[in-house]
Order: sequence, then structure tokens, then C-alpha cells
Amino acid sequence: MQLVLEKRAERSSAIALISPLIAIGLTLATMSILFAMLGKNPISALGVYFIAPFVDSYSLQEIAVKATPLVMIAIGLSLCYLANAWNIGAEGQFLIGAVAGSWLAVKTQGTDAGPWVFPAMLLLGAVGGALYGLIPAICKVRFGASEILTSLMLVYVADLLLDYLVRGPWRDPKGFNFPTTAEFDPVATVPVLIEGGRLHLGGVIALVVVAAGAVLLARTIKGFEIRVVGAAPRAARFGGFNSNQLILLAFAISGALAGMAGIIEVAGPVGHLQPGISPGYGFTAIIVAFLGRLNPIGILFAGLFLALTFIGGEQAQITMKIPLDVTKVFQGILLFFVLACDSLILYRFKLVFASPKVSRGAH
Amino acid sequence: MPDSTPAVQHTGATPLLQTVGLTKRYGTLLANDAVSIDIWPQQIHALLGENGAGKSTLVKTIYGLIQPSEGEMRWQGEQMVLSGPSDARARGIGMVFQHFSLFDNLTVAENVALGLDGKESFKDMSARLEEVSRVYGLPLNPKREVWQLSVGERQRIEIVRALMQNPKFLILDEPTAVLTPQEADQLFIVLDRLKAEGCAILYISHKLAEVKRLCDTATILRDGKKVSTCNPKAETAASLARMMVGGEIRRVKAAADRQTNVARLVVNDLTLAPDDLHGVRLQHISFELRGGEILGIAGVAGNGQDELFAALSGERLAQDPGAVVIDGRAAGHLSITQRRKLGAAFVPEERLGHAAAPRMRLSENALLTGHAASGMVQHGFVNTAAMLKTVDRTTEAFDVRKASRDPEAASLSGGNLQKFIVGREILRSPAVLVVSQPTWGVDAGAGAVIRQALLDLAASGAAVLVTSQDLDELTEITDRIAVMFHGHLSEPMATVDASREKLGLLMGGSTLEQKEAAHAAGA
Amino acid sequence: MGLIEAIILAVLAASTPLLLAATGELVTERAGVLNLGVEGMMIVGAACGFGGAWLSGSVIIGALCGIGAGVLMSLIFALMTLGLAVNQVATGLALTILGIGLSGLIGSRFVGEKISLAPHLHIPGLTDIPLVGRILFGEDAFVYLSLALVIGVWFFLYRTRTGLILRAAGDNHTSAHALGYPVLRIRMFAVMFGGACAGLAGAYLPLAYTPFFIPGMTAGRGWIALALVVFASWLPGRLVIGAYLFGAVTILQLHAQGWGVGVPSQLMSALPYLATIIVLVLISRARTGGSTAPAALGTVFVPDR
Repeated sequence: MQLVLEKRAERSSAIALISPLIAIGLTLATMSILFAMLGKNPISALGVYFIAPFVDSYSLQEIAVKATPLVMIAIGLSLCYLANAWNIGAEGQFLIGAVAGSWLAVKTQGTDAGPWVFPAMLLLGAVGGALYGLIPAICKVRFGASEILTSLMLVYVADLLLDYLVRGPWRDPKGFNFPTTAEFDPVATVPVLIEGGRLHLGGVIALVVVAAGAVLLARTIKGFEIRVVGAAPRAARFGGFNSNQLILLAFAISGALAGMAGIIEVAGPVGHLQPGISPGYGFTAIIVAFLGRLNPIGILFAGLFLALTFIGGEQAQITMKIPLDVTKVFQGILLFFVLACDSLILYRFKLVFASPKVSRGAH
Repeated sequence: MPDSTPAVQHTGATPLLQTVGLTKRYGTLLANDAVSIDIWPQQIHALLGENGAGKSTLVKTIYGLIQPSEGEMRWQGEQMVLSGPSDARARGIGMVFQHFSLFDNLTVAENVALGLDGKESFKDMSARLEEVSRVYGLPLNPKREVWQLSVGERQRIEIVRALMQNPKFLILDEPTAVLTPQEADQLFIVLDRLKAEGCAILYISHKLAEVKRLCDTATILRDGKKVSTCNPKAETAASLARMMVGGEIRRVKAAADRQTNVARLVVNDLTLAPDDLHGVRLQHISFELRGGEILGIAGVAGNGQDELFAALSGERLAQDPGAVVIDGRAAGHLSITQRRKLGAAFVPEERLGHAAAPRMRLSENALLTGHAASGMVQHGFVNTAAMLKTVDRTTEAFDVRKASRDPEAASLSGGNLQKFIVGREILRSPAVLVVSQPTWGVDAGAGAVIRQALLDLAASGAAVLVTSQDLDELTEITDRIAVMFHGHLSEPMATVDASREKLGLLMGGSTLEQKEAAHAAGA
Repeated sequence: MGLIEAIILAVLAASTPLLLAATGELVTERAGVLNLGVEGMMIVGAACGFGGAWLSGSVIIGALCGIGAGVLMSLIFALMTLGLAVNQVATGLALTILGIGLSGLIGSRFVGEKISLAPHLHIPGLTDIPLVGRILFGEDAFVYLSLALVIGVWFFLYRTRTGLILRAAGDNHTSAHALGYPVLRIRMFAVMFGGACAGLAGAYLPLAYTPFFIPGMTAGRGWIALALVVFASWLPGRLVIGAYLFGAVTILQLHAQGWGVGVPSQLMSALPYLATIIVLVLISRARTGGSTAPAALGTVFVPDR
């Protein structure tokens, strides 16, 4: 028996639409087996993961809060991936954005700085993330160094830098030696949308980013340039598009969005700078980008879905003692199935049972 | 089952190879439809047909690369099922591929070793390689890496590799497409010798004159079916072509009296270092092309044609702005977009991946070159309606056949995509058109449409530069021809004076010494 | 034991997992496949290697478990990229994400447990030679194995016909296919070899480096191994130099922290990562104009039939 791929004359748009759903279905099936192997009832485990978060308003808001950074980062990543530039260091850009924005929060701590502080922090976060994202991009276009490896290495560096700051210069003097800054002043935090709720302005910003991304890719010449550079680099050059500039642009936008997501996370749900502010948003966003098929609208839904797995994973740990690592396994398996199903858009899979007969003729 | 004792084989009572009702199906497409041919020892058998007629599918089946859907093959009268190329090689079937099956970063000896079954030591194999290449007059340096070699030398590796298997049956797919006329003559000597030694040869070519001269038998395929098997020496080139196409071929007509006017494309002493290790340096290239004129550039592939195209189009910039002058404006320093705005248009050789993004729609491929000078982009936003209109206009003017209004580029046949790509540029009414290999791998009908369009464009006053490896095509449509060799361009000569022999010598570089001497003297 | 001697011993130990993983990846890449999942295969190898050793009490069984886990992970990769023609970069990332999750899941029951490390060679007389004795004759078996592996891979690639075929598949899969070589099968074996080496490299960490398992204990070594292959220009000999250089950087920064050099410890910890970036930039820059990477590296191949 042999698996044979047959190229389709044209990509199948029907499958492009349903392939993420097939992938989710296959992932849920695989997870049921895993739950059973862990000695848990698959039905109730899936229920805790995917149904329970919908029943109370707190969890619903929490899904939106967790989806905010995922969606923002994934939109930026999708630009990079469409341009065939493999930014896998969004986690680092997220952390540097958080650090850059927090700098202002720390400096204005306890002063009577006005409401300009938060917008300025947002700007600083975006600039910090963009500059950090430009490092691997410049290494690539100027020296030809693999952006995959450099952007990933910078994640470790960013992590250590943040660690140094909150243990050293920025540590809260009244914080009992915990590695954290002091709680940010109210002017340095993200405004909450509903009094007493979890939803904050970041969700609105994420929606704006989705809309902007959709327009950029579908309606502008820049978006077209990004897509051509990734899909057919020689044709892009023939079209007169400068691939180096476009790679720098994609990394800068991607870094800025990740950085902005970072400062929103710190100035919002967390409230101060400390190690471990991200449960791996920068890496999970890679899955979000692919599950959303690198399409901004798709990414919005994919972001909400993966946010659900974070919430569900926490609840499953509390109520069913399912280890948190299961969430990561889930995300990894999901990405595999998403990629495999995407292959269906370009190819038909065929199982060939008859192997060619080998004649033992004379020679 | 027929007798297949050696005695019978030598008397020639049994064909060496028979295909019986061979059919290959890809989805709904019939690439080969019940093809039956007989090939006898000591026979050079031509396989003719248009692009897409099924020639490649047939020879790949015979070489064991693909499995037939129906039908069978017989080798010396006995049924033959091949599990793969090594199976075919074991029986004495050799193949010289059109797109060479070589490895650029391995040495000649390693490349040859990979084509053999590996039963002898590398040392013995190297000794035999030297022996075979000496005996057949095909010199090779076994230690060189392939990327350093010319196209002709690369083909030599393929041929020597096939000869070292002591083939009883050799398949050659378009072997002369990459050779100068003189190199082709040398190849024919080798083939005649193989024939005399008892080998059967299946010979694929587009060049009918060559087939008439070399081959004893010809089988013609059309749309996957065998149309006829005939004696090519008893046919005319025109009658063979009619069988291939299935009707009369439109002759292209030049306008009766074309006016040449001002110089629209001028190249002054263009010198450019290659941007990668494997590239060719352009050396002091100069020519002048007037409106209403078609200049042809002949030459064996890999002599700087790609580099010249990149320098003219602006994909690569020249140091000296005056090196390229478009319609009186120095453009050597301008980008391809700026050159398009000056009225230049370009059609590169490679359709998929260079001239067009394969997995993008035709409308997006219209935008690819049309964004600079058209209404397709306003304030950074794209106008989808304008893009679609360009697709529709091109479709109508150039008879582009496609399944839907706006399909992906890769879903079109080679000929239809090429008509779209050439049409996309011509409908912008360019002042200068630079086109590489305009009808390469295109069916005869589309080829005629494209050549006619180039003639009509010149008649309307544009300057047209055509690079091609097909001398017949250049002779048919150009006014003057120049030859590229090792990055040098010869002085253009009037097409009426350009004999095959003269061009062939230039393509082989025979006047290079004189030219270099002249440069040294001038410096 | 002198300080220098101790440092060299530590460097060899720190370099060995890098060398093992990079050697496997080199073979994979020479066949034309870019498997970015080295980190994921390593971390699963570490968890399974520790688990195997802890349950059985045998370092050898632990190492075999690590190898087996690496191979299984690499088979997922092979199925995706070779069987289903999925983009290799994306699949490699997926493999790493999955590996980190799986290792946490597998390793969670071993966290806090301890095993005895792999024994070091001891040849009376030789090992006791001052200065060089312990360095040459007193290592654990993995150190010798990793060097033997490099030599074996060199011999395989340049002195055997199968190695030539593997390099051919990595140079031009279309030609290799046209000559009748089973490109996908060759690549699958290359990927599996890479997986075995990465699994062993991961297992080395809890079996011979630190006697316990911590989630995330590979700490980016898989990624550094990938960079080492680039650094080595895909040549096995240069891998040894690269791996030992990186091992030296790791150990020196640890010692510098111990000596209380007046630099934040985080900066010292960041050194291996920064060094990777700098090396990549310098190496890539030196090569502008021509790349020594296998020509078909990272490209999808779907044979027509």
C-alpha cells in the first residue's frame, strides 16, 4: 500500500474553507484517545476543555482577554509567513515590547503624570517590538543569516533581559525581594471596558488590527507585494518589488504588533512587569496564524479557539487533575493536523494498493 | 509468445521493443492513448509531436519512470514490466534527458557513477569513463563539478553515462536543442556509429530537417494518440508538421514595408559582473535597436542571455546610467518599474515563477507588471475591476483558452499562458519589448500567434529584441541577428546574410579571439 | 584535578549533546530535508531517556529509550513532510511545540527523581596520566560515541555509494528520481537518523550531564545544533570544532559567573545565544554570493507517477 499525492490543477477553495474544521475534528479525536490513556473520561474532559468556559461570563471575558495577544501577534506573523520570512521569535518581541512600555510606567511611577502615559507606553511597546523584530530581519537581508535561528535565539535573550531588569534596577523595593516591578499607576494601565469586568481596550485594538490586516492584504498593493514575494520571489523581482524591503517591513509590523500585545498584557491583565508574563503567546500565535490559514478573519476565529484551550486547560487541571502540558500537546497536534489538511488544498491524497509487478526477466 | 532466441533477434525478425496499446491516464487526462510502436535494432526511430502530445510520457514509461495504466511493453518479444529505471538500465535501455538528470554540486565521475548500477569499484568506473569518452570523442574531465561546465559538456556527461551501460536501446529527448549546429553534427556521428554497432535509438526532436537527415522511421503522436509511422526521408518537413499539428500551420506574415525610425533601445558598452557564482559576466555589450525593427539574439543557453535580460529589464542595475538607453532616456540606473514607465515591456523565458506567479490568479498576474503604468492602482489600493478588464482584453485579443474567467496561472497550458503573458505586455503598447524564448515549449498554433504579434508590434513602430535558441524562429521574424557567447555579443548581421554555418560558428565562440584582440588593441 | 583540566572536561561534556544532535541533523540536511524540530526531538529524548534509566536502572536502556523516542518523533515529521508534502519549516516548528508538551507530560512523574550518571572510562595507568589522562581516557561513553559517529558519518557520506546517493538526493531530487533512486525513502531514513541522534543527544543531558530531569532542560540546544550545521558548512569535520567552541562558551560563562565577574549573570547566560547569532551572521556574510547548503534543502518533492 502506498500513499500517492496528485497535484490539483487549481487549489480547491472548498477545502481551503473547511480544512481548519477537519483539523480541529481530527485533533479532538486524537485528544480523546490521549485522555483515555491518561485514565480520564474523554467526554467529560473535552466538556471541561471546550464547553465549560462558555457557561460563565468571567470565562467568556477571559477568552477574549487571552485571544487579544494571540490575534495581534498572529496577524503580524501571517504577514511574515506570507512573505516567506520565518519569524518565530514573536515571543521575544512580545517581551521586549512589554519591557519598553514598562520603562515609562516605572519612570513615571508615583509622579502626577497625566493620562498620556498609557498611549505613550503603547507606542513604546510597538517601537521596541519593531526594533527587536528588525534585528533578525537585518541579519537576513544584509548578511543572509537564517531568520529562523536568529529570531528564536533572541527569545532567550529577551527573556534574560526581562529577568535582569525585574531582579535588578526595576525591582519593587517594597516587593519582599520578589522579582517584579511595583504595580503600575492607574494612568499606566489599560482601561477596562466594563467596570469590574476583565474585558479591556486591548480587545478593541485587536479588532482594529484584524480589520487593518484584512484591508492591507486584500485591497492594497503593499499587501499584494508581500504575497507575491512569498509565493514567487522571482516573479516579485520581475514585478519590481523589493523583497528585502518587504521582509524588513513584515518583520517590523510583526514585531510592533507583538510588542504592543506585550505591553497591553503587562499593563492590563498582569498589572506589573515580572518573569513569566507570557504562557508562550508568541509560540501559540504561530499555530493561530496557520489555523487561520494566514487570513486575518480566519486568525480572529483561530485566536478565540486557542484562547479557549488555555482557559479549558486551566479548568481541566483544577477540576480533573489533567496536567497543563496536555494543552501544549493539544496545540502541537492541532498544528500538525492543520498543516496536513492544508496539503489537501494543493493535492489529492490517494491510497494505491497494487504495487507494480516486478518481472524477473532476462538481462 | 514469440521466440526470442538470440539468433532470431539478430536476424531482426522480432522488434527489440514493442509497446502494445500503451495508455497512461492522469485523472481524466489521457497522456498516452493506446500507443503501439515497434522499434528494431539498428534503427534510429524519431518520435515527433507537439508539446503535450505525450512524447515525454511515452519515453518515461519505456524507461520505467512511470507505470502505464493499460497496455504492455515487450522486450525482444517477451512481456516487460519495469519496476523502475534501474530495471530498464539492466536490460540495456539508456536515456539522455532533455532537462539533464545531473547533480550540479557533484563531480562528473560521481554523476556518471550515479547513473550506473554500482557493481564496479569507483576506480574501475573512472577508468572506463575515460576509455568511453576517448573512444567516442566526447572529452570530459572527471574531477570537475557539473556547475562549472557548459551546457554542451553537461549533455556529454549524460551521453557518456548512457554509453557506459552498453545500451541496446538509447532514448534521446531533444538532444540538439542546446547544441550549436556543429556540435549537433558531432552528435550525429556518435549516433550513426551506435546504430552501426547494433543499437536502436529513439530520437525526440522538434527539428524536422534534422529528423529527415538522421532517422529511418518516424512515429508521430498527437493528443496522446499515434497518428502514423512513416519514413521521414520520404516526407517533406511540411507534411510531417501537418501530421503533428493535424492541419495547416498558419504562416506568419511580416508587413510589406516596415519603416524603421529612431533608435528606441540603445546599449552602450554594458559590462556587468554576475551576482552568483554560477553566473556569466556580461562583457562590453553594445547595440542599437530602432523602432520598427526586430533584433534577434542567438546563442547556446547559459552564455549570458539571462544576465542580459536582467540588465535590460532592470532586475539588475548597471553602474553607468548610459549603459541602457530607452527612448532617448538613460535608464541603466532605473528600476524595472521605472523602465516600464518609460514605455519598455519585458517577457522573460521562464513562464511559471518568473513571468507569472503560478498559484496566483491571472488578474493578480496582470497586476504584477501592470501596477506601474495603468489604472490598476489608485492611492496604494488595487482596483480589482481594472485588473479583470485587462484579463478579459488579453483573453480576447490573444485567444487565451481557460476554464474560468480568472483562473490560477498554473492551470493554463503552456501555450495559453504564454499568449497571456505576451499579450499582457503587448496590450500596453510598449515602445520597446524585450522578450526571451517567446515560443519555448509552446504548441505550434500558439507559437504562430505569438510570432505574428511580435511582427505586428514592430510594424506599429516598436523596437523588439528577441532572444532565442531556435534559429528557425529567429530567421523567420528578425531583421538582424547577433550571437551571444561567454557574455560577449557579436556584431549584428542582416538576417538574410546569416547562414546556419555562420551563426553556428559564432555560437561556438570561434571569433572570440579576434574580438578580444580588437578590445585589447582599442584599450 | 587542576582548574584547566576541570574546565576542559566540562567543555567536552557540554559539547557532546550539541555534537550528537548536529551530526544527525547534518545527515538529514545533506539528504535535502530541513528538520527544525531538533529541540522537540531532544526534549522528548531527554524525558524518555531519563524515564527509561530510572525505571530500569540502566543508562544503556535509558539511552535506547531516548533514541527510540527521537526516531518516533522524526517519523511524524517524515510522514508530514515526505508523505503529505507539508512545508518543512512549519512542520519542524510543530514538532518542537509538540515535543515540549509531550516531554512535560512524560517527565512530570519523574520530576524530583534522581539517577546515577553514566560511568566514566577508567583505564588504570592511562587515565591516571597527569593533565591529559582524564581528558583522553576518562570520559563517559557518549563522548567517544559522538566522535566515532562523526567519523562514521564522514566515511558514509564520502566513501560509500549509499552516501553518494544521499548527497545526490539532497542536491537535486528531480535528477535522483529520474535515475530511479527512491528519493522519499532515502530522505525518510535520513530523517530517522537525525531523530535517533537528537533523541540520544537529549537523553545525554539527564543520563550523563545532570542526574535529574527538568522540563525544558534542553534550553535551546536543539536550535544551537541547527546553527552548528550552518556553521560547519554541512561538513562533518567542522561540526566538531563548532560544537566544542560552543561548549566552551557555555562553560566559560558558567565559570565567569562563579568567579563573580562584575557582569549581570543574565548577560553571561545570554552569551551562547548571542554567540549563535554572531556566528550565523559572520558565516553567512563570508559566504555571500554562493551557498554551500545542499541545493534541494527544505524543498518539497512529490514524484509523478
